[in-house]
Amino acid sequence: MTATTTGPTAAPRRRRTRPFAGRQGGQAVAGWLFVLPVLVILGLFMVAPIAMAVWVSVSDWAGRGSPFASTTHFVGGANYANLLTGGGLAQRDFATSLRNNVYYVILVVPIQTVIALLLAVLVNRRVLRAKGLFRTAFYFPSVTSSVAITVVFLFLFTASGAVNRVLSALSLDGPNWINDPRGILHLLLGAFGVSSPPDALRAAPFLGLSWWEWLSGPSVAMCVFIIMAIFTTSGTFMLLFIAALQNIEGEVDEAAMVDGANAWQRLRLITVPMLRPTIFTVVTLGLIGTWQVFDQIFTGTQGGPGKTTLTPAFLSYQTSFVNQRWGNGAAIAFILFAIIVVMTIIQRLVLTERDTVPRRKRFVRPGQQPTTAETAK
Amino acid sequence: MGSTFRVPARARKGRPIGAAVAGVAVLALAACGGGSGFDEPGQNGTGGGGALRVLIGSSGDAETQTVTQQLADWSAQSGTQANLSLATDLPQQLAQGFAAGSPPDVFYVSTEAFPGWAANGSLEPYADQLDADFYPTLKASFTFDGQFFCAPKDFSTLALIINDTAWQAAGLTAADYPKTWDDLKAVAQKLTTGTQVGLSFGPEWARVGAFMAQAGGHLLDADGSADVDTPQNLQALQFVNDLLSSGVAAKPSQIDSGWGGEAFGTQRAAMTIEGNWIVGAMQNDYPDVQYTVVPLPEGPGGPGTLQFTNCWGIAADSRNKEAAIDLVKFLVSDEQQMAAAKGFGVMPSVESVADEWAKEFPEQQAFVDGAQHAQGVPPVQGWTEVVGDFNAQLEGLPNADPQSILTSVQGSLEAIAP
Repeated sequence: MTATTTGPTAAPRRRRTRPFAGRQGGQAVAGWLFVLPVLVILGLFMVAPIAMAVWVSVSDWAGRGSPFASTTHFVGGANYANLLTGGGLAQRDFATSLRNNVYYVILVVPIQTVIALLLAVLVNRRVLRAKGLFRTAFYFPSVTSSVAITVVFLFLFTASGAVNRVLSALSLDGPNWINDPRGILHLLLGAFGVSSPPDALRAAPFLGLSWWEWLSGPSVAMCVFIIMAIFTTSGTFMLLFIAALQNIEGEVDEAAMVDGANAWQRLRLITVPMLRPTIFTVVTLGLIGTWQVFDQIFTGTQGGPGKTTLTPAFLSYQTSFVNQRWGNGAAIAFILFAIIVVMTIIQRLVLTERDTVPRRKRFVRPGQQPTTAETAK
Repeated sequence: MGSTFRVPARARKGRPIGAAVAGVAVLALAACGGGSGFDEPGQNGTGGGGALRVLIGSSGDAETQTVTQQLADWSAQSGTQANLSLATDLPQQLAQGFAAGSPPDVFYVSTEAFPGWAANGSLEPYADQLDADFYPTLKASFTFDGQFFCAPKDFSTLALIINDTAWQAAGLTAADYPKTWDDLKAVAQKLTTGTQVGLSFGPEWARVGAFMAQAGGHLLDADGSADVDTPQNLQALQFVNDLLSSGVAAKPSQIDSGWGGEAFGTQRAAMTIEGNWIVGAMQNDYPDVQYTVVPLPEGPGGPGTLQFTNCWGIAADSRNKEAAIDLVKFLVSDEQQMAAAKGFGVMPSVESVADEWAKEFPEQQAFVDGAQHAQGVPPVQGWTEVVGDFNAQLEGLPNADPQSILTSVQGSLEAIAP
């Protein structure tokens, strides 16, 4: 109030505000009280289990009684070392699961993002009839339980299932989809007469799996899961894109039309750049979801055929609950966590860097800037 | 949408938040560690009474009803209540029970899960107290560190199952039941038609292992050391490869089936190699298919088959071990084993009723005869993973190279059974 008063009077005033500080302290206590339920719930159901899992991953807990009991010992990084440098079956299984999941991610994330974007653009058009019907149809697989969809896919993709019948009607000979462990890159190479690994690829310098095995490509069985993931999740992400598209003012598009841009140019040069924050979200969610793929594998193939649909998430479950190597199982989960975090960071760096460079180039008229800034939020 | 996740400046300082979270975590951990009876062996002593909790993984209604009846009979006789629960995922539910310190008292234990639970102390080694006449090979499957832990519940062996209609249609008679590998291939050839393969069995150790036994091979030698990379095993895999690649045999997955029994029941395969569980499956799902069970053919190393079993586990943390042991004694008695055999078609784990069983089920004689030369699942920790890896490689047959499979399995088995 009297901010212009001289020093001597200001000092006591400041001292007098201490009771006021006490009232703020009271507010703080009230604040903490209100937050406490959430803290307790988060602590109990997230922080504590994660802390327990961290402990299990560095201990020799054998699955009986509390992991904190005196019979459990600290073993340092032994469980992690076993997976990363052990040279045994555990390491090979882990490497195999990583390989399978890498191919899964590489194929699913870009394809589902592109399809989701295209579907959203199609469904968002003003002239489209029965818009609601199409939106529902595209979104429907996302709300169906993944177990149900997996079972349906298993039926569709049996040796004489619907898919192979359609193929044979086109006089094509379909593979034994879900039971075919051959990698598609190996199949491609086989078509060129390379059916066994050349000597250069026999070496196994990385995680105990030979280059030839790393380069197998997803197995035919894994391709079924890849198709399924794209089919089910594109709808979800379409919804995100629709929401973002509806935020883009129609005038922008109209202005581009006036400038003579055709539909493809408008999509590539106007819509996609303006959707960049949404693309970031979709790719991030896609990455996390695809690295954690579990329920399809659990209900569908349990890692088979020939371990080609084994994923780290399923391997973690299997190592713990079936093989009773709890430390290894927990360690797999944390390595998977690290992979997801690193991938997300890399992805974010890549996307944000691109964001700054072209904007500076496009600084032609200041009038354009508010729109870009607004959508960049 | 939030492309930047900025933390408000004030919160970044937030020691109080960190402290509170840490505090909550400590509280929660203390609650988990101490309060819920994780490590209080004092209250889990023997005696004490109380109802027994029995957890089984049931194969179907027949098994559930039989076991329910058995438990009711025991309760009437002992005065202790026994409650049956059916597991949807037995290994997982048991693992949760062991970790929480509150497992069921009596439960099924598979040979695969046995060594792990015996090693971590979850199982009570009680079986030496029983005086039942178990088959020695079954006892061996449940002996860990020299202790006989749990009583074999029943067992199964593999035999050759033949479709009678297809057999007659191919002009074959009872004199043609295959005695050797060559016979087997020859009849499979005759039985293969446009819509039916001669023989189908799963590409896994649990079937292919029988051929290895017939060739005189095994996975572990008599001392329990890995002995996979042998000429005998190679010969067996080469024979399997030959069957598969010549088209007279097929993997169930190649003919739209989940397992050999399905391929056989749907008549896509004229013969299969399965255990006595197929009897129940045929009754329920394919009652019209007439079949005959004959012993597996002999290989170059003589007769051989595999056997599978489960045991009645008792938890070390059980609060009523005396009653639990009493219940198991009752369940493995001759009379109750025959009741189970009649109820859901299993084979008793005691030799004392083998003859009675064979008289009751003459058409299944081949299964019980198999016990004389059957290889069981050895109680080795890590066995499941190695065999899982072996199975994954066998799925590659007939394209995979048998020698490299054996070399790789030898390597991984040596790691757990030097």
